[in-house]
Amino acid sequence: MMPWRMGEGDPQRDAEGRLRNLLAIEGLREGEILEILDSAESFLGIGERMVKKIPILRGRTLVNLFYENSTRTRSTFELAAKRLSADVLNIAVASSSASKGESLLDTVDNLLAMQVDGFILRHPEAGAAHLLARHLGERAWVVNAGDGQHAHPTQALLDVFTIRHLLGPISERVVVILGDILHSRVARALIHALSILGCPQIRVVGPRTLVPPELQDLGVHVFHELEPALTGANVVYALRMQRERMDSQRLPSLEEYHRRFGLSAARLRLAADNAVVLHPGPMNRGVELSAEVADGPQAIILEQVTHGLALRMAVLARLAGGNP
Amino acid sequence: MASTWDLSTLIDSLQRDLQARIDPQSCVMVGIYTGGVWIARELHRRLGVSAPLGELDISFYRDDFSRVGLHPEVKASRIPFSVDGSHLILVDDVLYTGRTIRAALNEIFDYGRPDRITLAVLVDRGLRELPICADVAALRLRSNPSDYIKLRGPNPLSLEFLPGGEVAPA
Repeated sequence: MMPWRMGEGDPQRDAEGRLRNLLAIEGLREGEILEILDSAESFLGIGERMVKKIPILRGRTLVNLFYENSTRTRSTFELAAKRLSADVLNIAVASSSASKGESLLDTVDNLLAMQVDGFILRHPEAGAAHLLARHLGERAWVVNAGDGQHAHPTQALLDVFTIRHLLGPISERVVVILGDILHSRVARALIHALSILGCPQIRVVGPRTLVPPELQDLGVHVFHELEPALTGANVVYALRMQRERMDSQRLPSLEEYHRRFGLSAARLRLAADNAVVLHPGPMNRGVELSAEVADGPQAIILEQVTHGLALRMAVLARLAGGNP
Repeated sequence: MASTWDLSTLIDSLQRDLQARIDPQSCVMVGIYTGGVWIARELHRRLGVSAPLGELDISFYRDDFSRVGLHPEVKASRIPFSVDGSHLILVDDVLYTGRTIRAALNEIFDYGRPDRITLAVLVDRGLRELPICADVAALRLRSNPSDYIKLRGPNPLSLEFLPGGEVAPA
């Protein structure tokens, strides 16, 4: 498991128990998640106005500190901060610069010397955001924008926001998560968020090598055949197949994966009427989803992007508010 | 002792004063959450304003955000008409320090540039901290900062006044 402890000395919380950093879904209370989702609903309207900007973070400086590429996550965090009137510093640390020898914490100390208020961190190593939160203490706050295979809390929050926004309460929906559950921080975070919100049935499905039976311990139903997993589902969440993680021991080929686990229009008909299809992007067309499904009316992948912006505004406002 | 007023008489007076100042065919009306929206709904109906009613939640524009943070129950503002070039009637329940109206004006200008804004309030309780005044007020009171004045509603609407020192009901 992870090398830190929750509860006492929870690095997500300040001394009074208030949410200070967003590091992982684990440890969030249902009420806190619902508050973030509710305020994201109001931020959604800002994007539809002529002036897409509100003044609440005016004068604050946030740093987008990205040790891995992620156009979508980085740009929605940047836009979210700008729409709240914060100043944003974008730092993309290519692996080559990191190998010049400056450590994460040295980089952060230099940025702190420039009086920044908060960090949005994407890092390839699990636990990087927790390490940073402990290092910062009261000096600045952190949002984990993805750390290795560990967590990606704003992705899970935007996913449950999207489901709730379009289908109503999570507590009435059957959700299927499809693909490489084992290596996916998105899946892990989503399972936690759905559980906290009372999702009555979470199903995970994929090849045995990527969906090990031990996942049952997380309270999910494990399937190794797509058709029974889809039957009657309200939400189908297709994970990205990481080509870079593919090797012959886990999966023969992407073609083989698509044949057995690709979501086609015919298979989607097994799900409930008006079931929706989500994907965290970027999508491998013809691998996770057939083109017909990806471009069809049940795919709400671009809504996820729009909602991700509003959700990230809600998270930034929550962490920056009351901590001047 | 709590004092109460007859709300319909107060709204009658607002209606009369506004009728002389507006053209219901061309003006637009915006209420400020929560009490201002209740009063605005009534005025909007009585005056026969053609454009749908706008609703404003000024939480994102408050000047105390860095002290108190985000209120979790922020409503989305809804301005279902073009603000540009309009005569906009801004409605609130109680005018006090003027900070709510300052925030509302800022938000309105993020939707567009009205030609004119008329401020109508149910109660002006004085004690302004900013140079803002109501064009129309049904009731002008001299109050103390410790007095508790609140519109309750929406069904029925009632205006509560508790002189300072008494504990306000939750």
